[in-house]
Amino acid sequence: MAKSEFETPEIKRIPEIPPVRIGSMAHSQPFRAKPEHQAPLGFPGELVDDWKQVALDKMGELLGKYRSLQVFMDACVKCGACTDKCHYYLGTSDPKNMPVARQDLMRSVYRRYFTVAGKYLPKLVGAVDLTEEVVEDWYRYYHQCSECRRCSVYCPYGIDTAEITMAGREILDAIGVGQKYANEIIGKVFKIGNNLGLPEPALKDTLEGLEEEVEEDIEVPVKFPLDEAGADVLLVTPSADFFAEPHVDGLIGYAKVFHQAGISWTLSSHASEAANFGLFIGSYQNMQKVAMRIREAALELGVKRIVVGECGHAWRVAYSFWNTLVGPFDFLDPNYPVPQHICEFTHDLLKRGALRLDPSANDDKVVTFHDSCNVSRASRMGDFPGGQFVIPRELIRAACNRFVDMEPGTTHEATYCCGGGGGLLTDDLVELRVKGALPRVQALSRVIEDDGVTHMAAICAICKSQFTKVLPYYGLGMDMIVSVHQLIGDALVFDEH
Amino acid sequence: MVLTAVFAVLFYIATAILVIGIAARVRRYAKTPSPLVIPTTPAPTTRAGVTARMAREVILFESLFKGSKWTWLFGWVFHFAMVLVLARHLRYFTEPVWGWVAAIQWLGLYAAFAMALGLAGLWARRLLVDRVRYISSPSDHLMLALLMGIVLSGLAMKYVWHTDVVALKAFMLGIIYIDYKPLPADPALIVHLSLVIALMIVFPFSKLLHAPGVFFSPTRNMRDDPRERRHVTPWAPERS
Repeated sequence: MAKSEFETPEIKRIPEIPPVRIGSMAHSQPFRAKPEHQAPLGFPGELVDDWKQVALDKMGELLGKYRSLQVFMDACVKCGACTDKCHYYLGTSDPKNMPVARQDLMRSVYRRYFTVAGKYLPKLVGAVDLTEEVVEDWYRYYHQCSECRRCSVYCPYGIDTAEITMAGREILDAIGVGQKYANEIIGKVFKIGNNLGLPEPALKDTLEGLEEEVEEDIEVPVKFPLDEAGADVLLVTPSADFFAEPHVDGLIGYAKVFHQAGISWTLSSHASEAANFGLFIGSYQNMQKVAMRIREAALELGVKRIVVGECGHAWRVAYSFWNTLVGPFDFLDPNYPVPQHICEFTHDLLKRGALRLDPSANDDKVVTFHDSCNVSRASRMGDFPGGQFVIPRELIRAACNRFVDMEPGTTHEATYCCGGGGGLLTDDLVELRVKGALPRVQALSRVIEDDGVTHMAAICAICKSQFTKVLPYYGLGMDMIVSVHQLIGDALVFDEH
Repeated sequence: MVLTAVFAVLFYIATAILVIGIAARVRRYAKTPSPLVIPTTPAPTTRAGVTARMAREVILFESLFKGSKWTWLFGWVFHFAMVLVLARHLRYFTEPVWGWVAAIQWLGLYAAFAMALGLAGLWARRLLVDRVRYISSPSDHLMLALLMGIVLSGLAMKYVWHTDVVALKAFMLGIIYIDYKPLPADPALIVHLSLVIALMIVFPFSKLLHAPGVFFSPTRNMRDDPRERRHVTPWAPERS
């Protein structure tokens, strides 16, 4: 149904920067959180009476708490370098989706209330009063940013629109205007333990089913342990890995790697989710509370290491923030990085010769790789800068004979967001998601045409779900998307121990 | 005499506003914490690496180069021509003139034209590229006008209405050493100095804060070492 309500952008072989079309996405906004979605996160259920004062107080508080926000509000010179960098601008033409214009939604209010120039000469410096219309614009356009940080790569001052979007969402939450999708999910994590609301018995069933399925398929007794105290490794993975396609094939891949390496591991029903949507809504408290479950699970199960499954923003939170939020992890084995990405884990085993891969198992595929934004621009793998680009590619090359990279400028630090990150992976934003996928789909189409690419591997649950949903709009098969660990699992040679 | 007094006072006021204003801003940036590790990656893992990254950013405009070649070209030419022009102007504030300042006088002259060219390019982008036009407010044009006015009035003094630079230097040194000498009443000079004073005054209240701001940008000045080193925040609640 949604398909007929908007036009899927045309794929161009040579991508173009579209002309500005004012207001072209002004109709796009996600469903609002109801009081029951707001309460568990500590936010008011509906618009508070003195919302204007509350919003300004919150902004003042955040300006004092986050150097990023304070410096970014002041430093922009409107040079325009970011204006053609956002996938949502490229896909929608709406000028408020240019990073600088998205920032200006907040900067104009900042100038009006927090700077001398804006107090006395508002028109001159583009300062505006905080009105209901401004709040509406914030809600619309702070939910048309996937917090992918691509703009921050090109900004001469490193201004990261994600920081401003997060602050915008935090202020909106503080006045009672929350986004249903993200806030409802965080509530589920608090209540049940994962984004999907999958309770422990269902999870147990699912894992047992997987064990049977895999054994039937390859005649190797690969285990999917849950809550196994004393295991060496706690695996924390996005809950989509438990049954969504193609995610689950990735989970099977991890399990095969653990099995073949002979390392004992376990999932946790208490921390059955790597995702941390507290990041998306900019809430330090909620992000910390969500992260705390992982520490608790690791302590409770007495593991020595924590490994994180394929998930982009979760890896950002785990790699960059866990130590700050819920560290130190001095109870874990110091010989391994804390936390460790599943790709680092597998890569390390490969390097040490503990795994053998037969890439001919994937000879039916020509594979390309989608760098996920949070892995590329907000974290790292390995022990050198840029390891997050090298390690997954080395894994894919080890598992496949035919690998092709997409156009430079669309990969590595310049990678385009899938279009569904940052808490926007919801059906009420499908138009935005389809349009925002355009730059990536264009680059993908090119390698399909030129190199016969058949599959695009990803290491992020959101990317995988997003592409599965939006590729058909562009006439591409949803089954093109594979998990990196699916490729590994399929190529893995099982030797007797 | 009145002219001399007015400009002497204005220079003191403008200098005070510039110095105190920027110091206050820098103090605020320095005091505001960065609670989480947020460098834009790939990022250096060491302090030396961060210094090198920041140097590339400030000297070469590395990120802007990745972002927009035209803006980089005009922006870089403008800024580095300005550095040369400012260095050239040191001869009005030092006696005897430092050797290297004397040595670059000829370069500074060419640089003034380069500055004008860079500004013209930046302004053209602001007017001609629809996306940049959309994000420009009146103050963005005014800032370019102010800078262009300074450059053109400066050039005018050199090539059109010659100013008595010896008398000007005496005035400047007089302000510094509190031994006041008359300011030559040349119209181009008066325009030039007035615009410079205006620029000094608006600096701490405008986007010119990008100059100190870049050094405090967490995406550029933080190390990528969150696993190795626990980053703690003064305000953040400890885990329960």
